[in-house]
Amino acid sequence: MTVTSPPAPAGVVPTGRRRPAGRRATRVNAGQSRYGYLFVSGYTLLLIAFGLLPTLYAVYLAFTRNGAFVGVDNFVRVFNDYRFLPAVAHVALYVLFWLVSLIVFVVILAIVVHGIRVRWLGNSARFLFYIPGAIAGASSVLLWLFVLDPTVSPVSGLLHAMGYESLVNVVAVGNLPVVFTVIAFWAGAGGWIVIMYGALNNISTDVMEAARIDGASHVQTAWHIQLPMLAKWISYMGIMSLAAGTQLFVEPKILAQATKNVVPEDYSLNQLAYLYAFRQNDFSGSAAISITLLVVALGLSTVFIFRGKLFERD
Amino acid sequence: MTDHTTRRRRTTLTPAQWIGRAVVALVLAVFTAFFILPIVWLILAPTKTNNELLLNGPFSVGSLDQLAANWNELFAFGDGVFATWLGNSAFYSFAALAITLLVSIPAGYALALIEFKGRRLLLITTLIVMLIPNTALVLPIFLELSAAKLIGSPLAVILPFSFFPFGVYLTYIYFSTAVSRDLLNAARIDGAGELRVFGQVAMPLATPVIALVGFFSFVGNWNNYFLPFLVVGGQKIPVQVGLSNLLANVPAFNPTTATSIVIQLPTLALATLLSVAPILIIFLFAQRFLVEGMTAGGTKE
Repeated sequence: MTVTSPPAPAGVVPTGRRRPAGRRATRVNAGQSRYGYLFVSGYTLLLIAFGLLPTLYAVYLAFTRNGAFVGVDNFVRVFNDYRFLPAVAHVALYVLFWLVSLIVFVVILAIVVHGIRVRWLGNSARFLFYIPGAIAGASSVLLWLFVLDPTVSPVSGLLHAMGYESLVNVVAVGNLPVVFTVIAFWAGAGGWIVIMYGALNNISTDVMEAARIDGASHVQTAWHIQLPMLAKWISYMGIMSLAAGTQLFVEPKILAQATKNVVPEDYSLNQLAYLYAFRQNDFSGSAAISITLLVVALGLSTVFIFRGKLFERD
Repeated sequence: MTDHTTRRRRTTLTPAQWIGRAVVALVLAVFTAFFILPIVWLILAPTKTNNELLLNGPFSVGSLDQLAANWNELFAFGDGVFATWLGNSAFYSFAALAITLLVSIPAGYALALIEFKGRRLLLITTLIVMLIPNTALVLPIFLELSAAKLIGSPLAVILPFSFFPFGVYLTYIYFSTAVSRDLLNAARIDGAGELRVFGQVAMPLATPVIALVGFFSFVGNWNNYFLPFLVVGGQKIPVQVGLSNLLANVPAFNPTTATSIVIQLPTLALATLLSVAPILIIFLFAQRFLVEGMTAGGTKE
């Protein structure tokens, strides 16, 4: 998902540390550069066909209706749709819960696992946290359908204690932001924990040792040394998760199906865009919602690349 | 080693340290249970009958016979359509994997080690697109494909799956850090052409990054739901989309289901397990390699 999502595989990123590669060769060698074009040609074609063109086509659809230019009419129409604002609110609330839980628990778990001195224990913990990342998309939602259904759940005792007797109670609309947060966190947090763990290894042992000799407790070291070192990774995780979270689709879609629309089929923005295209046959409206979401994602990623220090450009 | 000796020396712990350790142990235990118990449950559920699943303890073990019965029920469903779905998933994922490797590895290599006009533009575009969640482009791609009348064709899944900017970025990072220009130049001075430099000098060094890109591409595509859900239907759907179709035939979730053939809960659990089995197996076998790959650079300094 989302997580997961994914997509690009949720949450997996190499560090930005590297030598600037291209600097030394100052003159462009004509023979070499021909091969340069040859080597990037296949990828560039795919980039144009499935990155650039669909975006341009969606922009075209969003500003026209039956081939005629209509300005922002399509946007006005979908924004005024009675389902639009609730969908924005649903997604916003979910993203808020998800971000907070990711930032708090991923950082705590990474620091705790990093502090484990027994090697096999630390390694196994990281691996066990990471394993749910293998289960994404529809499969993870199906698995969580079972976990959240009090009649078969592995934690049915807990669900009964919380007063839930059936799946429909658990996935009541008010609970959904929490439910989706739990599903997304389950599948996605492990990858981020592994990344944060790697970043923590970057802190020199001298600094940690000095802090220990000065009598700093574990909590103090975590707060004053480790947390500031993680700041840029935390902001990276936050921005990626924010962008992914706005795309919520497969979870509410499958829950809607499993509960006969107790979970509404227009819960999230992408579901609404889907309904516009498939139920109402209104590609312009669908494109308007997609473009709005795409602008949010593009804005976030562009700002991050130009302002963040994680991917120093060469 | 030093860690162990220093720990042994400080054998007496203050009460505060004891509490600290207990809290840490508790946090770890709770989260490990959270991450792992659902998977354990999923592995055990297909060994039970529907009644055992509802009445027995969640972590009780059923029998192999029942597993076989559930297996037969699943693969008998819709004349074995589940096997078709698995086959579709494998076909789409492997075809896309092949194209991804074929175009991404040379592209990342060229971006890292060859000077050409437009290199920076391509690199920055790749970074920006890479950070967009891939679902953001799904509806625009669907709209484009439907204008191109490609909806329903396997190509409508495979080609968008093959576009994997993250793979290009990984390859770029790998070649710019792990392979030196001097090595390539030495080969050039020896008279090797660009294709030979790439094929015989760079490629043999690239095995780790090929594996890493291949892994992420395969996992991402196998688990992808949104795109194939929109662009293919009928017999051509992959298992992720098939799973949600299966759900419509489970009476426990859809009491009013119209079809006469029903799927019991343990069978649905088996389907869920099988739909992720290839990925789970890769994860289990490649864990060390993956964790190292993900933290590459982070752990070396």
